[in-house]
Order: sequence, then C-alpha cells, then structure tokens
Amino acid sequence: MKNKIIQACGFALLSACMIITALFLAGIIYFIAVNGRQALSWQFLTAPPLNGMSAGGVAPAIVGTFYLTMGSVIFALPLGVGCAVYLQEYSAGGRMSDIIRVAVNNLAGVPSVVFGLFGLGIFVKFLGFGVSILSGSLTLGILILPGIISASQEALLAVPVSFKEASLAIGATKWQTIKRIILPCALPGILTGVILGIGRAAGETAPILFTAAAFYKRGYPNSLFSEVMALPYHIYALMTEGVNPEKQTAIAYGCALILVAMVALMSSLAIFIRNKYRSAYGNGPRRNYNA
Amino acid sequence: MNSLKERLIKYAFTAMGYLSLLLLFGIMAVLFIESRPAVKELNILNFLFGPQWRPARTPAEYGILPLIAGSLSVSFGAISICVPLGAGAALYLNELAGETQRRVLKPVIEILAGIPSIIFGFFGLVAVAPFLQETFNLPVGVCLFTASIVLGIMTIPAITTICEDALSFVPRSFKEASFAMGANRWQTLTKVTIPAAGSGICTAIILGIGRLMGETMSVLMVAGGAAVIPKSIFSPVRPMTAAIAAEMGEAARGSMHYSALFLIGLVLFLITLALNILSEHISKKYRLKLGQGR
Repeated sequence: MKNKIIQACGFALLSACMIITALFLAGIIYFIAVNGRQALSWQFLTAPPLNGMSAGGVAPAIVGTFYLTMGSVIFALPLGVGCAVYLQEYSAGGRMSDIIRVAVNNLAGVPSVVFGLFGLGIFVKFLGFGVSILSGSLTLGILILPGIISASQEALLAVPVSFKEASLAIGATKWQTIKRIILPCALPGILTGVILGIGRAAGETAPILFTAAAFYKRGYPNSLFSEVMALPYHIYALMTEGVNPEKQTAIAYGCALILVAMVALMSSLAIFIRNKYRSAYGNGPRRNYNA
Repeated sequence: MNSLKERLIKYAFTAMGYLSLLLLFGIMAVLFIESRPAVKELNILNFLFGPQWRPARTPAEYGILPLIAGSLSVSFGAISICVPLGAGAALYLNELAGETQRRVLKPVIEILAGIPSIIFGFFGLVAVAPFLQETFNLPVGVCLFTASIVLGIMTIPAITTICEDALSFVPRSFKEASFAMGANRWQTLTKVTIPAAGSGICTAIILGIGRLMGETMSVLMVAGGAAVIPKSIFSPVRPMTAAIAAEMGEAARGSMHYSALFLIGLVLFLITLALNILSEHISKKYRLKLGQGR
C-alpha cells in the first residue's frame, strides 16, 4: 500500500515536470505570437525601416538573414558531407577517424561568441574581408559544420551495406559507388542536417555581431563585401539602441515572430523528412565498420 | 588512369575530413595570437583573479574574476532550474507517456530546442524582467535571478533530449529483471533505470553547464551587465560572453582591451573544451558499461 502511494506521488511529480516545461515554452511562443501579430503586415515584410527605426518594415533584415544563411550552407554543405564520407567510407574504424570524431564533437560545443572572435580574427582582419556578408557566412558556416557532419554521418551509416557490396561486386570503383549509390541513398538524411543547419544559422546572433551585422544600412546589400542587417541582430539592436524604445519594441516583436516562425518551420520540415525516410531501407543491420 | 583519379578523390575527402580538426586548432591559434599582447602585458594570475574589470578607466584594470563569477552564478542558477525539470520531463517521456504522447512531445521538444537564444533574451527583457521587478520589488529587473530563470527555461529542451537519449540506452532486460523480482514501476525507475542511466544524466548536466557558460545573447540582454562579483541573487552580473559581445564593438582593434577580450574568449574556449572532453569520457565509459560500446 505504502509503495503504491509513493509510486503515485512520484509519477505525479514527473507529470508536473512535463506540464510545467510545456506551459513555460508554450507560454513564450504564445506571447510572441500574440504581440508579434500586431506588427505584421505586408508593408512590414517588404518595406525598409523608416524614421530612424521607429516605423516602416524590416525587409533588408530578412534579405540579409537570407544571404547569410545561404552563404553558410554553400560553405558548410560540401565540406560537411565530404568529412562524413571520409569518416564513414575511407577511414572507418581507424585511429584518425576517432580523433576527428572527437574534434567534431568539441567543435559543436564551442560557444557561439568564440566563433565570432575567430571570424573577426581570421576573416575580418587577417584575410581582409572586413565586416561583410562573406565573413559572416563563413563564420556561420563553421558554426553549423559539426551538425551537418553528424547528420550526414548518420545518413551514410543507414545505407545498407548490401547496396555498397552489390555495386562493388559489379565492378564499380569506390568513388562510383559513393557517387551513384551511397550519396543518393543518404540524401534525405543529409537534407535533414542541412535544414536544421539553416534554422540554426538564421537564429544565431553572436557570431555575426562582429563579422557581418549592421544596425542600419541604406538599401539592400550589393556585394559579398557589404555589411548587412540581419533579423536576430535587428531584434537586439532595436532593444538596446535608438531613441524611440516604445515603437522599436513593437517592431522587435514582429521580428521575433518572423524568426520563431522561420526556425520552427525549418525544424518541422527536417523532422518530417527524417521520419518519412527513416525506415526507407527497413531497419537493416548497422553498417559494419570493417566492410 | 582510373586508379589515379580514385586516389585523388580519396585525398580530397581526406582533406575535408581533417578540416574540422584543423578548424579546432585554428580557433585556438587565433585566440592565442590575438590575446598575446594581453598575456605579455598583464600577469595571467592577475588577469584571472583580479577583482576589478574596468577597461575604460585610466589606468585600466583587467581582472576577470567578476566576469567568471557572473558566468558561474548564472550557469548554476539556470542548472538548478533546467536539470530537475528537464530530467523530470525526460523520465515522464520514457516511463509514463504513451505512444501517441511521445510521438507528439518528442518532436515538439526538438523544435523548442532550436529556438534561437535571442528570442529568449527578448522575451526575458520584455516579459520576465518587468514581471520579476514588480513581484519582488527590485530596483532593476535585469539581474542574476532573471538571467537564471530565462536561461533555465531555455535549456530545458536540450537537457530533456540528452537525458531521454541516456534513458533509452538502458537495456530492457534490466527493467524486466526488476519487475520479475516483484518491484513496482516506481521502484524500478528509481532503483534500476535512473542508476543505470546515471552517468548519461551526468553527461547532460556537464554539457548543459558548458552550453550555459557559452550562452551569449540572452545573458547579454537580461543579466544586467554590471561587472561586479554578485552579492545577492538580485545583483546584476556580466558573464564572460556578455563582456565580449558588448565591448568588442567599442574596443579599438589592436588595443589592450581588444586583446584582453580575446583572452577571455580563450579562457571560455578552454573551459568548454574541458567540459566537453569530460562529458565525452563519461558517456563513452557509460556505453561500454551497458554493452553498447562501439
């Protein structure tokens, strides 16, 4: 009897944890959605800021975030997939692949502001790209690289070893097998990683603080070397700079809503793709490392 | 001919494979090089344990003890919120949630884990800080307490995900053996499942601390920004990340202040690196223990 009561209390406690967590997070999303909706309009999405940030829209910030995000993916996708292919197909099981795996995990844990310092030191200063789309994209690209590597590796791991053996058996070379069989089969998993990376890159602020972002920039960026406005930085700047806090806060709500919606959409899409393709090859045996 | 091409391709992939290793060392190298003037000029012990951070004064004082204290206090404040709630939610998912609930809750938590920190900082500034200021009658709403709450809530989904992962590694047979001995579900959970997943949960806590120490935008907005060692939970603080983010804009390139900020970055980098290696070590041992070693 006593045990039953303890069990009931314990389970109630766990349920409470789940409910509190859900309420907190749902509350934040709801709060931003309700307040942000008032700011949203067609003009808000398509017009540049006016009257010293107190009116108008945020179109340049949306465009800037788009450029930075695309730039980071263009940089990180080939390198990330390449690294995963090396780890999975060329060096699997070796000592070096263990070391690289540890490096990737540690790279994933580096604080985002430190990536910003790295970008400032190497791209802005040393390579002379200045505070620009290029510097910001490269910095964000390095930030999302570990995620893309892990996702690609998992995707490569899920390709049944029999596919590869069949290809090699009919005389295809290793590269032909990778290009025609393994990568196409792993594509949905790689795509998942890329979409999650886009969501991450779009929301990160600290890495672009010293490498790409400007509070206000007239017109739209016209080269890789121009500074840009970006949505997450715009929220920060609206809350900390300028002379019209009340109107700026209203605009910041709008930006926050756009950003949350964008990131949530990306994650949902990634999860959808992953679930759809997870069982595409059945739950076949895990790839043998020595194969 | 064909084999030459194959070899070249292999070299290309190898180069890309080594890139992440190179980047990790590159980050360290840039931090070392840029912080060298500060290392030369300032005694490293005075830098780490100096009680005053006053880069704008003349003569300037560069002691990061208040910044370290800020980072640590916010991290531990946040951990005391997100670990119980996050681990509790993970146990709920693992033990109590039905198939349907799990199918809905797991992706939702994953999506929430991806919400950028600037959003939480913004929410903290417009909602949490004014609310706490009124409730507790504080002089300022942005302080250690506010930052701990905001960061705590923000980190729950990440902790839940890692703990859930650790719990799913516990073999079914452990539980079945416990049930066979006549233990009920709660006893099995507390005496078998949690101890078996213990080091996995430890990993979650260590990774959580690492992530919180590196968290930038939200603490920049809600921690208050005063570079003093906190006297109470309602003191404003300036964690290391916030100092870098806030001051880099005004520090002239090549100045002592600039270099000192890179040195803070280096300290931060080494702390998070140590925490990551520690958690990796624990989780590897743990998987071997449960027979899931690779």
